[in-house]
Amino acid sequence: MSDRTGSKACRAGSSGIRRGEAVAGWVFTAPVVIILGVFLLIPVVMALWVSFSDWGGRGSPLSGRVNFVGFDNYTDLLFESGLGARDFGTAIKNNFWYVVLVVPLQTALSLFLAVLVNNAVLKGRGFFRTAFYFPSVTSSVAITVLWLFLFTGSGVINQILAWFGVHGPNWFNDPTGVGHALLANLGIEQGPEFLTSHGFLNVSWWDWLSGPSMAMTALILMAVFTTSGTMMLLFLAGLQNVGHDVHEAAMIDGATAWQRFWKVTLPLLRPTLFTVITLGLIGCWQVFDQIYTGTAGDPAKTTLTPAYLSYSRAFRQQEWGQGAAMAFILFFIIVIFTAFQRWLLRERTPKQPKEKRKPAAEGAR
Amino acid sequence: MTRKQTRLRWRALALLLVSALVLAACGDDGSEGGDGDLTSSDDPITVLIGSSGDAETNAVKEAVAAWSAESGVQAEVLVATDLGQELAQGFASGEPADLFYMSPDQLVGFAANGSVKAYGKYLDNKDDFYEALVNNFTVDGEFYCAPKDFSTLALIINDAMWEEAGLTADDYPTTWEELTDVARKVTTDDHVGLAFGAEWQRIGVFMAEAGGALVENGNAVANSDANVQALQYVKDALNEGIFAYAADIDAGWGGDAFGKQVAAMVIEGNWITGFMRNDHPDISYTVVELPAGPAGKGTLQYTNCWGMAADSPNQQAALDLVEYLTSAEQMLKFAEAFGPMPAVKSAADQWKQANPSMVAFLDGAEYAQWQPVVAGIGDVIGDFNAQLGQLKTADPKAILDQVQSNLEAILSE
Repeated sequence: MSDRTGSKACRAGSSGIRRGEAVAGWVFTAPVVIILGVFLLIPVVMALWVSFSDWGGRGSPLSGRVNFVGFDNYTDLLFESGLGARDFGTAIKNNFWYVVLVVPLQTALSLFLAVLVNNAVLKGRGFFRTAFYFPSVTSSVAITVLWLFLFTGSGVINQILAWFGVHGPNWFNDPTGVGHALLANLGIEQGPEFLTSHGFLNVSWWDWLSGPSMAMTALILMAVFTTSGTMMLLFLAGLQNVGHDVHEAAMIDGATAWQRFWKVTLPLLRPTLFTVITLGLIGCWQVFDQIYTGTAGDPAKTTLTPAYLSYSRAFRQQEWGQGAAMAFILFFIIVIFTAFQRWLLRERTPKQPKEKRKPAAEGAR
Repeated sequence: MTRKQTRLRWRALALLLVSALVLAACGDDGSEGGDGDLTSSDDPITVLIGSSGDAETNAVKEAVAAWSAESGVQAEVLVATDLGQELAQGFASGEPADLFYMSPDQLVGFAANGSVKAYGKYLDNKDDFYEALVNNFTVDGEFYCAPKDFSTLALIINDAMWEEAGLTADDYPTTWEELTDVARKVTTDDHVGLAFGAEWQRIGVFMAEAGGALVENGNAVANSDANVQALQYVKDALNEGIFAYAADIDAGWGGDAFGKQVAAMVIEGNWITGFMRNDHPDISYTVVELPAGPAGKGTLQYTNCWGMAADSPNQQAALDLVEYLTSAEQMLKFAEAFGPMPAVKSAADQWKQANPSMVAFLDGAEYAQWQPVVAGIGDVIGDFNAQLGQLKTADPKAILDQVQSNLEAILSE
């Protein structure tokens, strides 16, 4: 808010003595504008064009040999029933479950960790902060390899499960959906007719209910493990901006620690929460490295994600138009999810103490 | 919106258009005549390979350097870390490598977008290649590129486990019944009888042995009775516990299972010999032909070719280099250095003499099947493989019906 009024004031004074400043301003920003243009804007616009073209990967996509094909690439993915469209539907389904599980889990865990290490009485705070942040700075490829190793059929995880009498699955080779497994426990092995015969994006409703496969579950655990550290850092910054006076006031009013967390801390963390969830949503919908280095979509395509599929469609099958179209569909999905959570987290009470909100928001950045 | 803002927007848009035009101009100059003649110039030759290791890299570098000295054309060998991606980048930039490794899989896509040159008909030694290999690189009746070498699948047997089960060389299985029988005998608590990857690339041998195939004369025949019979045979043996997928016994692939000694037999290709020599030199094994099924012998073959870029400015020299690299003499050198078999008939006898223990691989060449050469086949087989993972509990006919409908879809395109 205050930003905008500031720049307005500047603009009003852009005539007369301050005239040369505009030129200087452009000169100073030129490097960034050019770099962003060349490495960000132009590639994005070109990718958008590719998604509407029949470019096959030879020569420039802007050459005369390339034709405009309208929404063909998009309709092929969304409204056809061939193998390509089915794979895309499967990828969306897999990633949907990934997002639905990772985002809440990582948000809750990172908030919990942040509250823990923000505690003034905790001994060795520095150690714990570093320890929790460590997975985030480690290369995701290294962690994926570690994970593949931990989650083999006779791996460490299954040996620990065996102590409790649980016979662990062969994680990265088990395509059984968690949802289907739970339903099977209730005695429902086959989906009812109205679920199996109808569906969305070439995936039947019954298959949507399958939930993440065992392999995907292992990847979900990994994502929570690796990203919570970063998110914790954001929450920590937010928490440190919550003034001690507010807590004191709440204490004087007789609020318990539990009440103070839910009624004072959490509402004041709203901007941070928004940042964390948004970053989480974006990161989760774009999951790629773990799939590329770890599973390549196996087993039974249950770890296929749109980002990986987009890559393989383009680079392996030379279907560049469809690959680019997938990227833009993914973009819209992310926008929709972000808008939805923004609406969910909107301020319902009209007035909030302003001076508290701003620093918190800055901390979040 | 103020006037200044509007003006800025126009400026930004203009900048964008100009840069787009510049990019377009850059991309357009790579056009060629397109009448089938090879280009010729003084440009040096770049060779891009996806190498299996130092042995292969050095062998190729040596050969190319020798040719370079002989012909006077400069040539450089580059090793790709991700060949498919680097090729795609090269083609998009308009300045691809002149020669490169290419699989039949990749050929279909690159032929469709015109990135590769069909130079097969210009080769002096084109009649010396095995016909099956030439078919691997023939799209729409055009022989695209020269096969650089090939491998087939065979049955690899662990000698120690074989003896332990009281079996001798007379017991090497020649039929499915015998295979079931010996697999049952060598299976113990520590290892299964036979292991292979959960993919058509291995299980396809059973389909071939039963008389099945994926595509015949341009028609999809995936759900034939022969294929159903083959999958049923594999399914029964998997459920009995005498066969196993490599992944189910904590192995990355068949060779891994063999090296870890969790399988007494595996179905693998020539590449396993190099792997065993390097990683498990103490395990003694025997390579025999795969047992015959109801319809006779069957196996699958794998090959790569020397792809040539359509945008290469010096195709004439590249062709000369390919002829040099695919001569019997040079192919035998490659075979000695890093494993796969020579792709030309004239080298067969010499190779057999030099590799008596691997004769079974070359014998398979006579009846081997290969992956159909049709756009989109990679996805179809990928989908097939995804379902083969569940073969233990799934209905073979239902799996094959889906493969059939997927195949029909890509064949009708």
